[in-house]
Amino acid sequence: MTTNSKALISIKDLKVHFPAGGARFFGRSNPIVKAVDGVSLDIQPGETMGLVGESGCGKTTLGRAILRLIEPTEGQILFRDQDLAQLGAREMRAHRRRLQVIFQDPYASLNPRMTVSQIIGEPLDTFHLATGAAKRRRVSELMEMVGLSPRLMKRYPHEFSGGQRQRIGIARALAVDPEFIVCDEPISALDVSIQAQIMNLLDRLRVQKNLTYLFISHDLRAVRHVSDRVAVMYLGKIVELADARAVYADPLMPYTKALISAVPVADPKVESTRQRIVLQGDVPSPINPPSGCRFRTRCPYAIAACAEVEPQLVEIKPNHFAACIRISSEQPAIESVAPGAAPGFRAASGAP
Amino acid sequence: MMSGNSNGNVITVKDLRTYFETEDGTVKAVDGISFEVKQGETLGIVGESGSGKSVANLSLMRLIPNPPGKIVSGSVLFHGRDILKLSAREIRELRGKRLAMIFQDPMTSLNPFMRVSRQLMEVTQLHLGHTKEQARAHAIKMLEQVGIPDAADRIDSYPHEFSGGMRQRVMIAMALSCQPELLIADEPTTALDVTIQAQILELIKHLKAETGASVVLITHDLGVVAGMTDHVIVMYAGKIFEQAPTAELFQQPGNPYTRGLLRSVPDPMAEHGKLYQIPGQPPDLARLPPGCPFAPRCERAEEICTREFPPFVELTRDHHSLCHFAAEVYAETANG
Repeated sequence: MTTNSKALISIKDLKVHFPAGGARFFGRSNPIVKAVDGVSLDIQPGETMGLVGESGCGKTTLGRAILRLIEPTEGQILFRDQDLAQLGAREMRAHRRRLQVIFQDPYASLNPRMTVSQIIGEPLDTFHLATGAAKRRRVSELMEMVGLSPRLMKRYPHEFSGGQRQRIGIARALAVDPEFIVCDEPISALDVSIQAQIMNLLDRLRVQKNLTYLFISHDLRAVRHVSDRVAVMYLGKIVELADARAVYADPLMPYTKALISAVPVADPKVESTRQRIVLQGDVPSPINPPSGCRFRTRCPYAIAACAEVEPQLVEIKPNHFAACIRISSEQPAIESVAPGAAPGFRAASGAP
Repeated sequence: MMSGNSNGNVITVKDLRTYFETEDGTVKAVDGISFEVKQGETLGIVGESGSGKSVANLSLMRLIPNPPGKIVSGSVLFHGRDILKLSAREIRELRGKRLAMIFQDPMTSLNPFMRVSRQLMEVTQLHLGHTKEQARAHAIKMLEQVGIPDAADRIDSYPHEFSGGMRQRVMIAMALSCQPELLIADEPTTALDVTIQAQILELIKHLKAETGASVVLITHDLGVVAGMTDHVIVMYAGKIFEQAPTAELFQQPGNPYTRGLLRSVPDPMAEHGKLYQIPGQPPDLARLPPGCPFAPRCERAEEICTREFPPFVELTRDHHSLCHFAAEVYAETANG
């Protein structure tokens, strides 16, 4: 991928590996979970980068590693020409003001013993941004910004609905005037009618405050709606990256095709006629991922070479990247299902 | 098995009301709903949290915890026999055999301490009088039918040894063990990834075609409803707000709430823009406003809506909407 000097966040070959299963096995090394395994991604200022994938693909780990909420194992996270991965705790704390996060579960991410004004005001204290009357003014301004009445300032989280709690979480993230926000499944726990409200709110705030988002979700419809570009992850790697429109209208990588085709469309006419690619089996374990292309065990187009060669993310069409050895810029579509070799193909997979 | 007065309906629900006594007063979780499901048909029940969709289904199975809950009135005719009037023993006979249910989280219905084999075998030993050998052979056949690879080897595993999608398959195998006439599926794919969701929905469709079972599918996902159902009920605040054949409901909704819901689902092919949003919050069932419960959030509400409870208007023979302006909304949506 081309390096873009204008990028707000530039991730280079980031890896996050965890030891699995704790320290139970004396004298034996623990297996390693490669949650994120060599991800490179540029996020431009002012854009919403969507990050989709199924559970266990590493999308949440990637989001948290960017903010150093999880320590990366290897690689760089360039933010304003500084490598966040190399910063000490104290230097990182200073950057936290610029980098915020909104969590999925508005029930778990707010302290139930704190009032709304304490929750939203806490980051103002942490970064010594405002006290006394100025702080109160700022909190009520933030509440209004996210569509909550400042009259509710003295209430506790349990007195609010799920959607309102998510608004509180958003106000808290905005309190310190961040530049970049990781939105980690911000609408997944909400009702359909409330999801639309929160998506619109996030989008309005992005424009108003010139924010940049990494929008992580398993909900492809939502990601398509809010994102400028979309990255698709599978087992710790990005397998496709393009404009949101292109990812949906013209997916190239077989996994993306299957993922998009699996999304139910709220139109009975479309549903009754569309061809759905139903993938067989589950996502393999990230402890011992398949050799070569990690999707090959479920891929209807896999050929023998897919087990040997690890596909790189290459530009197949202008600004449209995919990791699949069966396609190229000369031949962006897979012409036929490989005879005999797929999908049950399981030749010599890598040793544990 | 069929009784004379069931009109080909597997289940006929009439004016069902299920209330809960809470600290805040009586919560009318389900408040006078009526519907029917014909042989081989799939009915979708859509709604947001608190709409009463899950309570409605627990009521059909007589699984409402009492106290605090109570079915206060109505009838649920299963092939003409009122489930609500059956003795505890009679309802146990039906449940698991002719009426089966699958839930969102398979771990709530699978016993984590019991091997899958024993849990599956129990069902047919109890209901079909299988011997141990018959039950085991049947259980393996069921696991194969729901697409669990190496079923004969994996049948003695514990539930935690299966992935989420596989567990959901085990639960479906268990629910379908006795070839039920009605399968109630409460958010069966909500906890699953989208590719696994597609597998499970295909499986339900396939098994339904094979056995001729009727299905009640409860979901918040309008996409799932569009692809899976013949008829839809839209619930809000314990009431049926709209009821129609699936194609018609999506094409020409006759209720502002349904219309709002449909418009607030992002269309993957549309361009990025502001998404339609229904304002406000779902209502607190213990403090429902007078008049229409949706009125405070409704873009079409007029003075009468906050004062008088709306009528259940018949738009066509099988399309009904709970709204003072049902006919007008229906006419508006006719032109897209």
